[in-house]
Amino acid sequence: MASAEAVSDIAIETRQVNLWYGTFQALFDVDLQIPRGRITSMIGPSGCGKTTFLRSVNRINERLGYVRTTGSIEVLGYDIYAPDVELVQVRKRIGMVFQRPNPLPLSIRDNVVFGYRVHSGRRKIPQTELDELVESALRQVLLWDTVKDRLDRQATELSLEEQQKLCIARLLPVKPAVLLMDEPCSALDPKGTEAVEELIWQLRGDYTILIVTHNMAQARRASEECIFMLLGKVVEHAPTDEIFVTPRNQETADYIEGRYG
Amino acid sequence: MFEASDLNERNRRVERLWRLLFLVMTVLLIVPVVVILSVLIHKGGPVLSIDFLFTEPVQGMTAGGIFPALVGTVWLVTVALLASVPIGVAAALYLSEYAPDNWLTRAINLAIINLAGVPSIVHALFGVGAFVLFFRFGTSILAASLTLAIMTLPVVIVATRESLQAVPQAFREACWNMGATRWQTIRRVVLPNSISGILTGVILEVSRTAGETAPIMFTGAAFFLPFLPQSVYDQTMAMSLHLFVISTQVPGVPEALPFGVALVLISMVLAMNAISIAFRMHLRSKKKW
Repeated sequence: MASAEAVSDIAIETRQVNLWYGTFQALFDVDLQIPRGRITSMIGPSGCGKTTFLRSVNRINERLGYVRTTGSIEVLGYDIYAPDVELVQVRKRIGMVFQRPNPLPLSIRDNVVFGYRVHSGRRKIPQTELDELVESALRQVLLWDTVKDRLDRQATELSLEEQQKLCIARLLPVKPAVLLMDEPCSALDPKGTEAVEELIWQLRGDYTILIVTHNMAQARRASEECIFMLLGKVVEHAPTDEIFVTPRNQETADYIEGRYG
Repeated sequence: MFEASDLNERNRRVERLWRLLFLVMTVLLIVPVVVILSVLIHKGGPVLSIDFLFTEPVQGMTAGGIFPALVGTVWLVTVALLASVPIGVAAALYLSEYAPDNWLTRAINLAIINLAGVPSIVHALFGVGAFVLFFRFGTSILAASLTLAIMTLPVVIVATRESLQAVPQAFREACWNMGATRWQTIRRVVLPNSISGILTGVILEVSRTAGETAPIMFTGAAFFLPFLPQSVYDQTMAMSLHLFVISTQVPGVPEALPFGVALVLISMVLAMNAISIAFRMHLRSKKKW
């Protein structure tokens, strides 16, 4: 990465992003500057385009085939829709966590280093290197102490909360810059939600985190900036403290107060 | 207050009637299988012996064993598998993991279903035209096995595709989102989790292939050939055709002989199916999601 971008405080910058599913337009002129190393939440009623936006930041939307995107999305100063961009590199640098934890049917250890192996080609990775990666990633997601004695057990045996932490852990060994999270706690119970939120909070600083949520309390607790979207447009983008206390826009205020949702 | 009304009584009688009807149908289904097996064991059992399995037929096939036919069937099935499994599995991988959902893919799927419905005698004639004559393989194991392979390809493709589709889509999503390519996803996640189903399909195909008669009778199976084949360009005897021949074409065959051959053939098939089921159960028990 060029050093000029490395000092920039903006991790994701979009200009005039419009997106269509077939003939249906899902995003309208989205202009956003998402700060580096912080947690930004996206809220808004169902169908407002927040998940669509999230999915266009690592270009998985395209897999549907009938999606058309215009405008530009720059991540760390690089246009990820430029013609010479390699999708594999995009997915490597921009990790994604899903609503439903989806660990692979492999051991805990193999799950953590799966992405690392995929990006290492044919190189034989020394066992010590793998062990270090596994420990460091699991420590970062606060899972090491719970699973260190059963790293060879199937990941699918873990609780949902642990599975979701593992899904975050497996992104870390390839050193992503951005973590996208699509309602990462909505399949978890309150205790699991709290634990995962706590984890996300700890990861800020090292990673730029963009988190879509239906849960306004969660946005308020676990994010530093907040974006409110409605019908495919960005209505308001402000520090979380401000947007929840003194929203500038009436629609934001109405949504936050629960008048529609 | 809670005693049965007339309507309840009537419903209960109707219920019993239907239940009985379905039970009778199920029993009727099992009867032929049991009858076939017991007749075969009763009439064919006495001729079975180690010698029967390992000697060739003598006296115009009215006595002796079935060794050349047994070996021939193993040859035919093995060569057929060597052709159909790689092609079938590759095709299923393409259709399941790569092919876009468009008219071409749907047309291919339709073709596969139709291929499965082509009568075996038609495959036989195709085999004669294509492999025996056009490719000049002559009547040989190669021609007969390729005919069998074409006939069983739809089975392999469908069985493989179904086992691939049984792997949850979430696993693929997870891989793709970490930047894994389709092939990396297939090799590391999809195949390891579908291999049990694929192998089961293959074993079932073996049992089906072993019993086929029509596709091999014009393409490579011989009426009587008391030598073992030396290469895929030789003709060979086969269990299924041998059974047909001694049952209908040769005078003076003792009654027990065809039953003995049939018993060996059906035992081979059942053993294959049993292995397939045991294998599937074993691999399933290790799977957790």
